[in-house]
Amino acid sequence: MNGFEVTHLPHPGGFVANPVIGKGSGRPVVCLHGLFGHEWGGLLDDLATTRQVVAPAHAGSVDLADLERLDGIPDLLLYYDDLFRTLGLDRFDLVGHSFGGMVAAEYAATWPERIGKLVLIDPLGLWNEAHPVADHLLSTPPVQNAMRFHDLANSRVAAYLKPPTDPGDIQAGLLRRFLVLASTAHFIHPIPERGLRRRLRRIAAETLIVWGADDRLTPRPYADEFAAAIAGARLEVIADAGHTPQLEQGTATSKVVRNFLG
Amino acid sequence: MKTIAFHFQGYRDLPDDFNKRYPSIWVTPPNDELCDPEKVGQYFRWNIDELTLADELGFDGVGINEHHQNGYGFSVSPNLIASILANRKSDAAIVVLGNTIPMYQPPIRVAEEYALLDCLSGGRLVAGLPVGSPMDNVGCYGNPPTLVRPRYYEAHDLIKQAWTRPGPFTFNGRFTKLRYVNPWPKPIQKPHPPIWLAGGGSVETWKFAVDNNYTYSYLSFLGHPAAKVLMDGYWREVEKAGLDDNPYRAGFAQIVVVADTDAEAERIYLPHLRNFYAKALHIDPGIGGVPGVQTLASYKHGLETGASSYRPGARPTKPEEMTWKELTRDSMRVIGGSPDTVVADIEAAVRNLRIGHLMVLMQVQSMDNELTRYNTRLFAEKVLPRISGIWDKEGYVDHWWPQGAAKTSRHLAATKTGAGAVR
Repeated sequence: MNGFEVTHLPHPGGFVANPVIGKGSGRPVVCLHGLFGHEWGGLLDDLATTRQVVAPAHAGSVDLADLERLDGIPDLLLYYDDLFRTLGLDRFDLVGHSFGGMVAAEYAATWPERIGKLVLIDPLGLWNEAHPVADHLLSTPPVQNAMRFHDLANSRVAAYLKPPTDPGDIQAGLLRRFLVLASTAHFIHPIPERGLRRRLRRIAAETLIVWGADDRLTPRPYADEFAAAIAGARLEVIADAGHTPQLEQGTATSKVVRNFLG
Repeated sequence: MKTIAFHFQGYRDLPDDFNKRYPSIWVTPPNDELCDPEKVGQYFRWNIDELTLADELGFDGVGINEHHQNGYGFSVSPNLIASILANRKSDAAIVVLGNTIPMYQPPIRVAEEYALLDCLSGGRLVAGLPVGSPMDNVGCYGNPPTLVRPRYYEAHDLIKQAWTRPGPFTFNGRFTKLRYVNPWPKPIQKPHPPIWLAGGGSVETWKFAVDNNYTYSYLSFLGHPAAKVLMDGYWREVEKAGLDDNPYRAGFAQIVVVADTDAEAERIYLPHLRNFYAKALHIDPGIGGVPGVQTLASYKHGLETGASSYRPGARPTKPEEMTWKELTRDSMRVIGGSPDTVVADIEAAVRNLRIGHLMVLMQVQSMDNELTRYNTRLFAEKVLPRISGIWDKEGYVDHWWPQGAAKTSRHLAATKTGAGAVR
């Protein structure tokens, strides 16, 4: 990501400041990251050419102590709503990836009038016994990587996963991983389903669902379930991609998302 | 020093190729493939027999713990077995280490069951309240990692209040809301049974032990030289809090195998020890290292020291090929050999770590009942009399011992009455 500014935004609920990354100007689009943190490839840069991009960090991923006052999805939604109001966002477009996709869908179902367009990229939030969502949490990094990507030999994936050499960077990376995995698991372990299915009907936003054709973390059947449950939703399946298509097939993913958001 | 005969209560007949066929001994080893209920009945009858023998032979206490879905120990609810021990006429302490309280909802159940055990045993209960492992908490019982400690602290608070406040009272917690807390019965011991903590080296648990003046036990299979860095961390917390250096503030679990000679011990026990270190510590690191159970501070501490029971370091690289020397001398993971060797090594370990409560593990994974009885008896007859006086001359008093259990060494009485004779 180039040319992004990080604003440490105070939170009115007394939580630690959220390091919101932002770029561009125009109509706002909020982007909520997934289980492994900000993994956007070039998507945010592409969106920022015509839009104001706002990408907060997941609640508790800066300081786990914040989670002591966040019990469950309703508290999490209020956390984000406070943040969006602080940013002066009234009605906006919302993009969510993976765990962030689940939060985005929950938000759009809770305040349908606030969201113009909704993009869900390989979201969590539903549970299908025949196609269980993989257990990323109790897995080693190599096993997680196999869940996250269609092709580990893909040059963009390989570059992204290449471990740093500087000891300080290694330590920082481990701490980031620790914080984001722990703070997302807080809301979804052991099964990432908290009743979203019965709330999806409330979503009023025009919705695009983007799915990596070979998602091993949230398998493909979930794409059809989301598409069927959200009125008028469109589905775009990205070939040769797994759970993180914006990283693995950046050009194709940016194209469908930008075409949709305008 | 107090010596407690501690039992894992594991599965004794895991297949030879277990490690190749299964990724983990904990959480996911498939029950229908590996766990034969008929055999389990036999094992638990042996477990009870072996603990009963230890009681008869004059160990200061008998000890058990709680694990789930785990081939090296699946005591499930330790209170079930503790109730059988509590029903015996004895003055041995019953050390239940513990109930892992973040996993109980509502945790008032633990206050009730421990109180009942205390009543049944005549005030001999040690009420262990460990946080529990990530495998049990997050893997088997579905606790989000970040809620393990918050649930622990709240459950501890509820249990302690239930034992010390007149009921009924209300408890309005984050996780547990009870309008009428009024357990029948309350424990015999006042203000409550001694609470022991146990852990794998979390900084927070040391702090919690010190803040509450509880005793802390370190459970690892690393041996005392490797445990030193962690126990020193605990003792630093004790010192920082201005508390005394009474060794009864600390416990340690240790595998001990005794035979007539060192060579005989190697011959008899080495296959069982290799088997244990190969299989029992075969834990999927993805499960053992789940982020968030530890606080960030403990995680950082672990990165810096590289020490934790559930990390790869706990498991030797080629356990099935480990030599007796590697096990008993180089790493001292195991204390084993003739009574003379064992006495000397125990004294060194206990003094190195400042341990008042030594938990000896004498049944190692695949050892059968006959061999376990042999080991237990030899320990009681040839080792116990020579280690129970450790710390006596320094004059330390064990403030963490149950009020209804014998205050002084039990093995002398056991010897006098002949209770230790062959059954």
